[in-house]
Amino acid sequence: MAADTLCYLDYNATAPLRPTARAAMIAAWDVAGNASSPHSAGRAARRIVEAARAQVAAAVGAPPAAVIFTAGGTEADNLAVTGTGHMVVMSAIEHDAVRLAAGDRAVTIPVDADGRIALTALERILSAMSGSALVSVMLVNNETGTIQPVAEAAAIARRYGALIHTDAVQALGRVAIDLRRLDVDMISLSAHKLGGPKGVGALIVRDGVPLRPLLRGGGQERRRRAGTENVAGIAGFGAVCAEVEQSLADQVRLAGLRDRLEATIRSADPALVVFGATAPRVGNTSCLAMTGVAADTQLMAFDLAGIAVSSGAACSSGKVATSHVLRAMAAAPDLAGSAVRVSLGWGSGPDDVARFTAAWLGLRQRTRPDRVA
Amino acid sequence: MTETLILPDPVAPGTDAVVRSVLAQIGDPVGIDKPRAQTRVVVAMSGGVDSSVTAAVLAGAGYDVVGITLQLYDQGLALARKGACCAGQDIYDARQVADRLGIPHYVLDYENRFSESVVEDFADSYLRGETPVPCIRCNQRVKFRDLLDTARDLGADALATGHYARRIVGPGGAEMHRGQDPGRDQSYFLFATTRAQLEFLRFPLGGLTKPQTRVLAAHFGLAVADKPDSQDICFVPNGSYAQVVERLRPGAVVPGDIVHCDGRVLGRHQGIIGYTIGQRRGLGIGGLSDHDQPLYVIGLDAAAHRVIVGPREALARDQVEVAEVNWLGDPLPAANGGEGVAVTVKLRSTQTAAAARLLLTGGDRARVTLATPQYGVAPGQACVFYQGDRLLGGGWIRGTSSNFVA
Repeated sequence: MAADTLCYLDYNATAPLRPTARAAMIAAWDVAGNASSPHSAGRAARRIVEAARAQVAAAVGAPPAAVIFTAGGTEADNLAVTGTGHMVVMSAIEHDAVRLAAGDRAVTIPVDADGRIALTALERILSAMSGSALVSVMLVNNETGTIQPVAEAAAIARRYGALIHTDAVQALGRVAIDLRRLDVDMISLSAHKLGGPKGVGALIVRDGVPLRPLLRGGGQERRRRAGTENVAGIAGFGAVCAEVEQSLADQVRLAGLRDRLEATIRSADPALVVFGATAPRVGNTSCLAMTGVAADTQLMAFDLAGIAVSSGAACSSGKVATSHVLRAMAAAPDLAGSAVRVSLGWGSGPDDVARFTAAWLGLRQRTRPDRVA
Repeated sequence: MTETLILPDPVAPGTDAVVRSVLAQIGDPVGIDKPRAQTRVVVAMSGGVDSSVTAAVLAGAGYDVVGITLQLYDQGLALARKGACCAGQDIYDARQVADRLGIPHYVLDYENRFSESVVEDFADSYLRGETPVPCIRCNQRVKFRDLLDTARDLGADALATGHYARRIVGPGGAEMHRGQDPGRDQSYFLFATTRAQLEFLRFPLGGLTKPQTRVLAAHFGLAVADKPDSQDICFVPNGSYAQVVERLRPGAVVPGDIVHCDGRVLGRHQGIIGYTIGQRRGLGIGGLSDHDQPLYVIGLDAAAHRVIVGPREALARDQVEVAEVNWLGDPLPAANGGEGVAVTVKLRSTQTAAAARLLLTGGDRARVTLATPQYGVAPGQACVFYQGDRLLGGGWIRGTSSNFVA
């Protein structure tokens, strides 16, 4: 493949727009009405929003009325974590949208070295707490792809009368989610990780969970989220949710690509460390360390080779901070500092994997410590 | 999305005559026998005019240019705002320039390395009664070590900076020479560059004057063309380095006596870090004079927390002990004589070079004997050796004495 075409392997950051989402949005942009207006134009917009609401709800087995559309996963997480006023008990590997919203009073559930939360610790924390608690455990970690035992955490939370929220932003379309079986009170979703538009997401809330809105104003979203609906974005979100089954079916293919990627590199570098590899993982993610080469150096080298990957959580200035996720997994700082995340998605193919492994091995060769200075 | 500028061919017909002559003066800024498009040059971009023009010249000449800006310190530190994760204006400017040039640009967080390699040393040096030059440590330990290693990791063929110094390839390899413009020459700050580093480095602006650089900045349409020169030390806001030292070493700044070299106690000071050898103004002892003779700081006694003052004659020094010598010149004759070699030396960045004899005394030490005494030679500053325009090496001033009889 030519070096001037982008090899995009950063789906956990965001995914390229799916054609169905684009089509749905273009159609929605031509609808002039405000979904709150009673006239025909307003009703047309309302139809789009409600159709999408049904699609989003169906993707996770929820009743449509439980869906609160938001401006993305971050807002959904913030609403969930702050909206009940309960004391927050969260895993050590939550996204900053949960961690920073939870504030200093939050209690942290540690994770094992393989990146899965310690359920015994959750039990201990809840048994020692007085007052109302909200447990927040993500379904899939964004950096390592580890799948968290949310159902088990929910059972524990129930036993202690706590509410439970799960951030499923990285899980939608990668693991099957059925809220009739996954007994959580709130779940955060985002459209763009799956190939929908950026800037739209949802918090799905079980009936009866008391929630104080973040935004006040109009009575949209049953008075739970004020503001004129992002009709086109919501339409795009609905469209990708309608493809969740295909996306789930595609995970086997992506896991095959990911496994080949790791195997190819491991055959050349038997000491390769892949974070979270011993835990259940989604098929699209690999967090791998090139020992002795700083992650930011790798990112630059891959970028110069036309390959987009990620490291830690990128901050707004483009700086790379040490990953709190790998720290929580007790990874050695040097190793954590040399970890890069590769994440595949609907547009990924064998060529992308081949390009990445070739670039990885080339950089590994160039940066060997015995390199002639 | 920023529109990427297609750069004008730098020597295209119709290009302003002044610009053409400046570009001709630069010539080939890299000089590697390889197609330019396949020659990768990392440019250390600070966001200032000099490094921006360096990147523009290289990009305009067709090289595969990669801009890197180092985030060296927390921009919000002065306001005691921890963990601020926002790029400062300089980083923003560097990114804008890179966007305009259409080159990839990255910001690397070097705060920890900079703090460990430069800032800590800066504080300790002041507390020892020295007058440090952190910019040299930064070049030595951050830019030309860690950044240079990163450039190699990226497969670069060279690392370019906007310094006003000239790298000239001589029979024995790359040589460091003064910048063409004596008022801008920055070679003093580069004395600690190793031979291996110098082989990899390029200073495309070394033959230019600042006005010429600004002409190029305007020619390339860089928004930083009129940006004022940076002043002082980058991580010291408003030049108040005493505040920085106090924050880094709480309690280490101790008041003490101001003592005349004849033994009289003339007053009190709030910490020796407020004084530098040769300083005359602001001694805080009123009058500033002794029988109408102006008084100067002639010594800083860190152990006793004393500032020692005296008449100008007491500042005169013609012997300088130099440590951590880095040698970039040709190997000296084995004996090196008892006399040493004739050189000129700069004992501070703003001074003109003075005639001296240099004797390498073994290990990484040297003794410099000045032809005429110099006033205000301060430990902690660099002593840099030249022959003509060529920089032979340099080291850190550890001690001074005087054989000179007034």
